Amino acid sequence: MTLTVAGTPKEYPDGINLTRLIELEKVETPMYVTVALNDAFVESGGFEAAVLKDGDTVEFLYFMGGGR
Amino acid sequence: MAFSNEQLTRYSRHIILKEFGIKGQKKLSRGSVLIVGAGGLGSPAALYLAAAGVGRIGIVDADDVDLSNLQRQIIHGTDDIGRPKADSARAGMLAVNPETEVRAVRAFLNAGNIMDIIRDYDFIIDGTDNFPAKFLINDACVLSGKAFSHAGILRFSGQLTTYVPGRGACYRCIFKEPPPPEAVPTCRQAGVIGALAGVVGSLQAMEAVKYLAGIGEVLAGALLTYDALTTAFRKIALPRRDDCAVCGAHPSITAPVDYAQAACDLTA
Repeated sequence: MTLTVAGTPKEYPDGINLTRLIELEKVETPMYVTVALNDAFVESGGFEAAVLKDGDTVEFLYFMGGGR
Repeated sequence: MAFSNEQLTRYSRHIILKEFGIKGQKKLSRGSVLIVGAGGLGSPAALYLAAAGVGRIGIVDADDVDLSNLQRQIIHGTDDIGRPKADSARAGMLAVNPETEVRAVRAFLNAGNIMDIIRDYDFIIDGTDNFPAKFLINDACVLSGKAFSHAGILRFSGQLTTYVPGRGACYRCIFKEPPPPEAVPTCRQAGVIGALAGVVGSLQAMEAVKYLAGIGEVLAGALLTYDALTTAFRKIALPRRDDCAVCGAHPSITAPVDYAQAACDLTA
């Protein structure tokens, strides 16, 4: 199936959930990433239950604390 | 209020812009911006806003200039090492534009003082380097109905969003609460490329200019991300959380909150 992850469409195994996608994408600090699935936030406790389907759009939003 | 000939010359490249004009310049001169942090983001933001002719600028920082700051904090010079950053930044702004009123505030913002400090300003720029401060600024701005620019930078990447009351997500809609100290890398541990701070801090200045002058569209309801290594800018639409603890329908946060600060951030 095709998912658009961080703006780029790519092929992924069918039926994976967000937890697996986070592993496949090697997300840094997965405990603290905010995920938007099709323009809605997914609670961090809901990654396992969030089964992805063809055409889904996923954004990873990372904490960025620097500034000084 | 009429501009002098000297002012008309100083701001001529603004005034000639048909979308901006003398009207936009007047709005800037009547406007005020508080910049929190005279560092990597705050330096370019402060210089551009002073140069642009913003009427009043506040600059908040409790630290002194350190040699390790100078790779990116371009408002400070080598001769400023050891000097309070707020004072050094004030001098830098006045050197660019002596007509701007600049207030230097040598303090750490906390839950007890932030509401008083932001009260007098139209727009706030978050140029801080730690999550407790970023959440504190977000909450105080939401609670007092102020627009502000959030930005964060790390290594070769930056992010930016503008909160405008009633128009889209706040910082806490995206990130519900600060990560535990040391859970995510800081610039001090992971590094940051200097010009990245210039890009992102300049974007923050641009947001303040648009907001004050009432031109274009500010970056409300979206997160702009910038990857310097691939030169990729992305604008990600942000949903608002109806159940956001501060800007949601039934907020549980009704006053600013102090979070514990990672020890390494205190002297960053």
